[in-house]
Amino acid sequence: MMGFMLTIIRRDLLLIARQPAELINPLVFFVLVVALFPLGVSPEASILSQTAAGVIWVAAMLATLLSLELLFKLDHEDGSLEQLLLAPYPSWSLVLAKVMVHWLVSGLPLVLLSPLIASMLFLPSQALPSLMLSLLVGTPTLSLLGAIGAALVTGVRGGGMLLTLLILPLYVPVIIFGAASVAAGAQGLPIDGYMALLGAMLVFALMITPWAASAALKL
Amino acid sequence: MISLDWRMPRWFHQMGSPKWFYAWGGRLQPWFALAALTLLGGGMIWGLAFAPADYQQGNSFRIMYVHVPAAILSQSIFVSMAIAGAIGIIWKMKVAFMVARSCIAIGATFTAIALLTGAIWGKPTWGTYWVWDARLTSTLVLLFLYAGVMALNQAISERQTAGKATAILALVGTINIPIIKYSVEWWNTLHQSSSFSLTAKPTMPAEMYAPLLLTVLGSYCLFALLVLMRTRTQILQTQSQAKWLTQHPDIEGV
Repeated sequence: MMGFMLTIIRRDLLLIARQPAELINPLVFFVLVVALFPLGVSPEASILSQTAAGVIWVAAMLATLLSLELLFKLDHEDGSLEQLLLAPYPSWSLVLAKVMVHWLVSGLPLVLLSPLIASMLFLPSQALPSLMLSLLVGTPTLSLLGAIGAALVTGVRGGGMLLTLLILPLYVPVIIFGAASVAAGAQGLPIDGYMALLGAMLVFALMITPWAASAALKL
Repeated sequence: MISLDWRMPRWFHQMGSPKWFYAWGGRLQPWFALAALTLLGGGMIWGLAFAPADYQQGNSFRIMYVHVPAAILSQSIFVSMAIAGAIGIIWKMKVAFMVARSCIAIGATFTAIALLTGAIWGKPTWGTYWVWDARLTSTLVLLFLYAGVMALNQAISERQTAGKATAILALVGTINIPIIKYSVEWWNTLHQSSSFSLTAKPTMPAEMYAPLLLTVLGSYCLFALLVLMRTRTQILQTQSQAKWLTQHPDIEGV
């Protein structure tokens, strides 16, 4: 089964390497959304540094959602998803492998890109560790919960809009504690509590996603 | 070896048959209608006209007789929907999916009523229609969850598939329910903690508490009535070719 998961991971990474636009588009979107805020709200450093945490988290969430739509869609369209579900391995391992690839190509780059974005928004430099750490723990949760929605809308017409509608309410706790941890970090307060809660959400998402998403894929 | 030879009672499986559900639902419906009318009507008149005014809030507290039942129901209905969906998945019961489907719009309406009455009450009492308080926000999220469930249910045209997809989403969404329920205790924000419970000793005078109890119970009866009506309509829609229905005494001659 480990072998099966590794094969899927290698295959999906290869597919993305051959089509790098899929990897880059959400990142460009992420930077673009963030860049709109100084233009729309105010370019004042004092205002931006206060809103930075929330803006970065909202943008990360939207970028994740954007790339989630394709999670199972392409495999569903060319029929390989059906074959993968028929394979003699538990279908949750397929879901986990897919989510892992999704996080590697969408969540991880967001974490790596966040210092750049943070400096664009004048986030205090002492908040940077808490921003990166909260994104590192929070984005896998986003990928996991999003996979449930992606599996539910696979094969449904107009799935992208629907996916957003289904999944954003479930993201609310992640954004609350993610953004709060950055705000606490900016003021030099301890962030252990927030990290523990984000970690708990990750574990919880890890528990329910394989079950829910594979059940949804088999509909 | 632990023996797991337990089974659900017979009526449980019989309820899974559209024919049985239709017949029993039809028999129960008038009683729920009567109970809802008596309890809600009595509770509302008592609460709005005769209960004593609050010494701090004056008469504005009376909106509680609408707000509290709606808020309680909004959460109960989501849980009922998830349970019905789970029953549908586990025992492969079509009727359970229909019940879950019936719950969506009713629950969304109760949630909207709770938010709206809360806003109306909040203006004179808190001085604002809306605050980003933990309970208000999580109730708003509940409304969005209902919207998502409704959208998913309507996007899939095949009813059985739609039922299963809805059930999975409802089960995942139930995570939000304990967050709403305990939000007033975990985060000490503006919304006051619950002063109403069926089991604990009431914290308000009996003349205020009794009408509230009536309206809450009446709302549950109204919910049951609406679910029965909506589910029976769905049975009529999906089973219109079934023999038991075409030969049903209610249908004959139509």
